[in-house]
Amino acid sequence: MDNAILRRRKREVLGGVIVLAALALLPLPIKDVYTQNLIIITVLFAGLAQAWNILGGYCGQISLGHALYFGVGGYVSTLLYLKAGLPPSLGLFAAFGVSGLLALPVGWPCFRLSGHYYAIATVVVGEIGYLLFLNWDFVGGATGVFIPFHGESWAQLQFKTAKLPYHYLVLAFAAATWLTAFLLEGSRWGFAWRAVKDDVTAARSLGVNIFSSKMAAAALSGGFTGMGGAIYAQYVGYIDPDSVLAGHFSILIALPAVLGGVSTLWGPLIGAAVLMPASELSRSYLGGSGRGVDLMLYGGLIVIVALARPQGLVSLFGRKDDHARIA
Amino acid sequence: MPVAEILQVAAGGLLMGLIYALVAAGLSLIFGLMDVVNFAHGELMMLAMYAVFAIWQLTGADPLLLLPVVAVLLFGLGMAIYRGLIARALSVQFNRGMVQIFVTFGLAIFIRGAAQFVWGGEFRSVTGHWLADRSLNLGGVFLPLPQVAASLVCLAAFAGLLMVSRTEFGKALEATREDRDAVALIGIDRDRIFAMGWGLGAGAVGIAGVMLAGFYYVGPNVGASFAVIAYVTVALGGFGSMLGALVAGVLIGEVEAFTAALWEPSLKQVGVFAVYLLVLTFRPRGLFGKM
Amino acid sequence: MPALLEISHVSKRFGGVAANVDISFDVQQGEILGLIGPNGAGKTSLFNSIAGEVTPDSGEIRLDGVKLSGLGPVACAQRGVARTFQVVRSFDSMTVLENVMVGAFAKHASSRAAMRAAVDVIAFCGLSPRMDRPAWSLSPPEKRRLEVARALATEPRVLLLDEMLTGLTPTEAQSGVQLIRDVQARGITIVMVEHVMEIVLPLVGRAVVLNLGQVLTIGTPAEIVKNPDVIRAYLGDRYAA
Repeated sequence: MDNAILRRRKREVLGGVIVLAALALLPLPIKDVYTQNLIIITVLFAGLAQAWNILGGYCGQISLGHALYFGVGGYVSTLLYLKAGLPPSLGLFAAFGVSGLLALPVGWPCFRLSGHYYAIATVVVGEIGYLLFLNWDFVGGATGVFIPFHGESWAQLQFKTAKLPYHYLVLAFAAATWLTAFLLEGSRWGFAWRAVKDDVTAARSLGVNIFSSKMAAAALSGGFTGMGGAIYAQYVGYIDPDSVLAGHFSILIALPAVLGGVSTLWGPLIGAAVLMPASELSRSYLGGSGRGVDLMLYGGLIVIVALARPQGLVSLFGRKDDHARIA
Repeated sequence: MPVAEILQVAAGGLLMGLIYALVAAGLSLIFGLMDVVNFAHGELMMLAMYAVFAIWQLTGADPLLLLPVVAVLLFGLGMAIYRGLIARALSVQFNRGMVQIFVTFGLAIFIRGAAQFVWGGEFRSVTGHWLADRSLNLGGVFLPLPQVAASLVCLAAFAGLLMVSRTEFGKALEATREDRDAVALIGIDRDRIFAMGWGLGAGAVGIAGVMLAGFYYVGPNVGASFAVIAYVTVALGGFGSMLGALVAGVLIGEVEAFTAALWEPSLKQVGVFAVYLLVLTFRPRGLFGKM
Repeated sequence: MPALLEISHVSKRFGGVAANVDISFDVQQGEILGLIGPNGAGKTSLFNSIAGEVTPDSGEIRLDGVKLSGLGPVACAQRGVARTFQVVRSFDSMTVLENVMVGAFAKHASSRAAMRAAVDVIAFCGLSPRMDRPAWSLSPPEKRRLEVARALATEPRVLLLDEMLTGLTPTEAQSGVQLIRDVQARGITIVMVEHVMEIVLPLVGRAVVLNLGQVLTIGTPAEIVKNPDVIRAYLGDRYAA
């Protein structure tokens, strides 16, 4: 057989290998910590946005509450480490499991809603999580949790000054989300999700179970987001509700996918590569004044990209036979 | 809980609820008209509050006197936002729902930054106006006058919105809501109706902001906290329903007040959100939404 | 011979309006059955009941003796009832092949198998030259074909066509008719709703005429055109319109 789908998937694999290699080499010549940090955050958010993309992009359920999974993932790995001694390298997978499972009871009421009702319900669920953690003493309440340093170790994912290990950690995470999205795109689930996104009634008439499709997308999406949260917690060494559960994280996670291009493999990475440096640089060069110029630039950028490239920045690179994908 | 205390809590909930209702009414109006959720709605309210603060600081004029001025300013701003951004967002071919959400969201961040640029990040408040620190004593139930005035104005604004719906313009609005494409055939300029809808929506939230400025601090992030409640109010009442916004606003005010009084003040919004999720489980389109 | 599809005593009300009242008829394996009637006759409601989109208030719909009514559209599709839509519902962000693969996944778990099946169905429906095009770029008659292809990819026993030939030019309708005959030749039973009698009658073996929510008559095209009740119902409809 030869058709656009198979040709495209071959190209995607090739592209994936090239980009992975490039990102693996990228930090090697860079000595300055600020830039190293910026790259790590960018790659981490590329992975998080890809995780969001599974539910918000492919399945078309615009979640504005992913901070919940992000934060819960961070708390799960951190608390398992502090209270039960589970090394964070395993805690990542526990975070995946807990956040993924959490997506099911969240999805159960929310997926009965459609359109804006769904989006707002996800905002609300995220806010509930934030408020509960803020008032829950066992998890440190508003004070948060500090992860003490016990020496450099891959098991505990702690590295005193070296940034390179963290770089490869987030790169592995982002690659895992990309590979998952790639495999799903070609699978029965991926087709079901895109059908649900485009037309629920038609999807149902073809035997696609809408509710379980959404639930599966939510579980995977939540699970990977939780894993990203665990990595983030390990990287920054301190979490509190404001730094991992606050509502703006939900937007931060969704934005790269939206501006890069939803339900595409490369949109989240492209979006993160534009947004994260833009936000970081404007904050460090303009934000120091506290005069809000950084916010104006950032907000303006979002408006302009969304209006000028409604299919996402990825459409700048689109090939002719890819147009259906980006639409 | 003694009766007097229950009444006090209920009164507080009602006063706050009416403000929520008016904030939500503007959001609901815009949504009902064109299926757009304005994620910068809270920021419009914040701008109205700053406008009151700035003019008061400059001239010493009482916030209540500024009501018409700020309402008109916000009306114009709403129309400008529609013409400049929303009309464009509605005309994109793909991902319209998503583009609309994130354009208004980007606008919200921009406005927050702009407010910080002009007024700085610190909290401000309007003090010394003629209602400040005065309250009404109704048989042991204390009602702070700024809040009483605010809720009365909110009720009046609701009445105003209802009156608008009786006018020619209101009928055109209703027709546009029913069938966006057909109205063009009977000579209604859809674009103008949409712009007016945005003007009215922004004007309504502007009025709420003016009254709120009489007793609430002003800061760049004040809009965000009200916005979440406003979205919940609109979804609970049913998108597009004015009556729904009113009922849901008061309901949310009460739930919030009683959660704070009976359980834990810092968890008052959890009570609200729980009620909201419960209602939506049984009525996915809200209390008054069209099923 | 027992009927493939049995509709027995189906009634459905929407609010105060009775859309279907005590409707009963059988559909035989391999036939093309027309479901016709003037506007407001209850065709769409009955069609949606058979497709599982609507649950009848009373009565039953059985496929091969197994009750279908009340199971919902997903179960109906999985058990062999496929449909098209009056207003086309293509998955516009996907290509033609991807659209049809969604249907093929109902019967094939692996994407290779689903793709192979989809490619065959696309060829059968004459859409091969359009296979890699995005669905939104198709012409209206092509979109109708795409819906048929998608439905066929679920390997149905019964195909429900909702006004598939309405609004097409004579040439387009002619090729649509040919497609329907080809589908029948594959052994698939067809129930087609059409508003305009002239389009359906040459194609079908039998037709059910609905009027005001009830079965007016069932018979061969020759019987239908001679039936005075049918003529009255349609003429009345025309005068009213």
